[in-house]
Amino acid sequence: MSTTHDFQLHRDAFGKLIFTGSDGEAHEALPVRAFPIGAPDKGIALVDPHGHELAWIDALADLDAERRQLVESELASREFMPVIERIIEVSSYATPSTWTIVTNRGETKLILKGEEDIRRLAAQALLIADSNGIQYLIRDRGALDAHSRKILDRFL
Amino acid sequence: MTQSPATPTALQPILPTSSQIPLPEAWQPVVEAQLVKEEKVLAWLEIDLNTSLHFGKGLIVLTDRRLLARTGDTPEWQSQPLREGLRLTRRDHAGVGSLELFDATGRLAHWRYTLGQDVAAGRLIDHVNRQLDFVVTGVAPTPPAQAVCPKCETPLLAGQDECPVCSKEELTPPSTWTLFRLWRFARPYRWQLLAGFLLSLATTAATLVPPYMTMPLMDKVLIPYQNGKPIDTGLVTLYLSGLLGAALLAWVLGWARTYILALVSERIGRDLRTTTYEHLLKLSQEYFGGKRTGDLMARIGSETDRINIFISLHFLDFATDVLMISMTTLILVSINPWLALVTLLPLPVIAFLIHTVRERLRTGFEKVDRIWAEVTNVLADTIPGIRVVKAFAQESREAARFRAANQHNLEVNDKVNKVWSLFGPTVTLLTEVGLLIIWGFGIWQISRNDISVGVLTAFLAYIGRFYTRLDSMSRIVSVTQKAAAGAKRIFDILDHVSSVPEPATPVHLPAVAGRIELRNVGFRYGTRSVTRDISLTIEPGEMVGLVGHSGSGKSTMVNLICRFYDVSEGAILIDGVDIRSVPVAEYRKNIGLVLQEPFLFFGTIAENIAYGKPDATREEIVAAARAAHAHEFILRLPHGYDSLVGERGQALSGGERQRISIARALLIDPKILILDEATSSVDTTTEKEIQKALDNLVRGRTTIAIAHRLSTLREANRLVVLDRGSVVEVGNHDELMAQEGHYYRLYQAQARNVDTEGGSDLEAGGEDDKGDRE
Repeated sequence: MSTTHDFQLHRDAFGKLIFTGSDGEAHEALPVRAFPIGAPDKGIALVDPHGHELAWIDALADLDAERRQLVESELASREFMPVIERIIEVSSYATPSTWTIVTNRGETKLILKGEEDIRRLAAQALLIADSNGIQYLIRDRGALDAHSRKILDRFL
Repeated sequence: MTQSPATPTALQPILPTSSQIPLPEAWQPVVEAQLVKEEKVLAWLEIDLNTSLHFGKGLIVLTDRRLLARTGDTPEWQSQPLREGLRLTRRDHAGVGSLELFDATGRLAHWRYTLGQDVAAGRLIDHVNRQLDFVVTGVAPTPPAQAVCPKCETPLLAGQDECPVCSKEELTPPSTWTLFRLWRFARPYRWQLLAGFLLSLATTAATLVPPYMTMPLMDKVLIPYQNGKPIDTGLVTLYLSGLLGAALLAWVLGWARTYILALVSERIGRDLRTTTYEHLLKLSQEYFGGKRTGDLMARIGSETDRINIFISLHFLDFATDVLMISMTTLILVSINPWLALVTLLPLPVIAFLIHTVRERLRTGFEKVDRIWAEVTNVLADTIPGIRVVKAFAQESREAARFRAANQHNLEVNDKVNKVWSLFGPTVTLLTEVGLLIIWGFGIWQISRNDISVGVLTAFLAYIGRFYTRLDSMSRIVSVTQKAAAGAKRIFDILDHVSSVPEPATPVHLPAVAGRIELRNVGFRYGTRSVTRDISLTIEPGEMVGLVGHSGSGKSTMVNLICRFYDVSEGAILIDGVDIRSVPVAEYRKNIGLVLQEPFLFFGTIAENIAYGKPDATREEIVAAARAAHAHEFILRLPHGYDSLVGERGQALSGGERQRISIARALLIDPKILILDEATSSVDTTTEKEIQKALDNLVRGRTTIAIAHRLSTLREANRLVVLDRGSVVEVGNHDELMAQEGHYYRLYQAQARNVDTEGGSDLEAGGEDDKGDRE
């Protein structure tokens, strides 16, 4: 797709992101990352509420500051993938198990339904889905502290 | 935000029906400080995320006159008086729910929560809408007549004591004393096990006799002979026959013990496997969706084997070992307490060693098990997909994947073996050291004439056995850990409560008419809200077609009606009874299902047709096959109805397999028939044949058909158009065409493509469900 990005973006009173294309038609738009884990800043699609693609942005850096800020703020308000920084304790090593964890979004508890909810990503990264379907990310399990690593190891 | 609590004119602003759950104690004083005189709290929702999506507690409170809210970021409260035009909506994305408050001019506020609170949020919206209605119109809404769950206000239906929503959320971890739970399987064989145990005890006792005999042999025969006395032949014969007798006794008892325990072991294994498999079959599709076949097969196969060997052999061995050690200790102490004390000195060291290694080994073995399942998973993934592998020439890649899994397995095993291999030799070393101590102390005692040579010999003979037992006891560490790890994985299955549970107080349906009613049905798969608020009534004998883009929730609706999954919200009723209160098997007997990809089991065609009714007569089978237009092609096969069909019915074409599965559905004569894209995987000519077969099947049954070729649904009484998990249009073909809405567009899109390839454009890319993204 083109990299010129001849579209306008603004936010309306209802808090929605409004996309105005080169044809002058306005649509409600949602930014969606194509590779939210693999390459979060590459490949972002703007889609309408029906899921039709309005525009494709190869990289966030291609946009001017104003539009990038709008897209980024919209993404930030919708994205929720807390990064686990520390595992304080787990209720048991058998699942379902309740973990008390510290994330980049504060301390919380997650319920792990089964070991298969821990998905191995490339290298040392892990994605943990809790019973409510929230995805918790561990960027590098080698970088966790010894206590957290020891707990985690029991589930891998 | 405005801080003026508007006072509604109505005198009694609280709805008489509001069954209110008290506020959590921590919030009570805070909220009360906000309330004005006579203001009453009607409903509340605790939210656990703040606006910037950090974890933090907040609260939304609905009072009789306004909406109060506080997020985790600030201690200030926002207040919105209830007034006309106010609208509270919820939506969710990636595990986070949003509540948004709008009025005609724009968004006034929005709040975030994790999906655990989603049901509660829905309830809050209900309350807000009801109260808003009341404030605006002044008319009290009619209270819901149904009984509701006191905790979450989900309507309870006939036969439900417990709320299906609340009771589903039990997520307590299984107890750590997993191995003791195996008693359930050992119990039926307790007498045999007791006999085995007593026999082991007797065997042990018999083996303790010979060392004792060495004492008099040494002191009364050999040493007097060295000192010049002749050998007492009678005494020697007595002692030697004693030794022989003890050996023979130990042999017979040992044989009986091993035989009995082997029998018991096999039986426990059989029970364990059968129970696990039976339980597994009862679990919902949701469970199978999340597990991998290889892993489940490994659990039922090898893990059960390991456990039953543990119960019947290792555990009893361990018990005998403990007894043996105590018996030996008693004997040793009775012979000479001081020497006994020295002999037993290394024991605590070994006990400590066993204890420290235990933890490391257990986690290690758990890991080994998981890795092993990983290896089988690679096989289970690749072998069924072998055509794809070969077509893309990826054999070497798959081989590399298997090699990697094996390598991983090797590494983990190496790590465990490092600890484990050190263990045995250490015990041996300690044995030698122990013997050394006895030799030294014994010689010293003999030199002081405290003990005789015979006593020392007896001690040395005993201690040899003693340490052998310790050695075998140390082996129990590993087998116990392995068995515990295996037991945990078995109980993972056994403890898994089906997400489509059997009702506690089942309602039986004598004769099913086939009236299906969906009441505000919502279903959530993980974070994805797949269907939402679907209400639909299907009359007996009616044929309803489900229409919509792929991913619009058609198959989900069918899965919910079949009760492969349970609804997350709302209820499905058959003849007015909630399907959750009907026994699962009894309910499914009324449903005939024809799927897009018919699955044929290994067996004859007749067996496959009679799958749902194994006692069907040959006449019934042939009649069903005839009605399904399968009779003729079956007769063309070399063995007719007795022809074997492979794992996936490979000898048959898609259309032929489909007609067999239609015959299968016909034979059970179901009241409800579900056709899930029954004709979409075959060409148009075959489709016509199948369609003829289906026409026979549909007659007189409540039918729900999914098809993306709209032409196949022309027989339907009504078409239900779904879009992104909601019903958007209902009506027959002509009505829907006249509306020029969703259906019209779908139909037009297909009509344009009818000459090229029948309607497959509807499945084309870009049309996937984005419902969760809105």
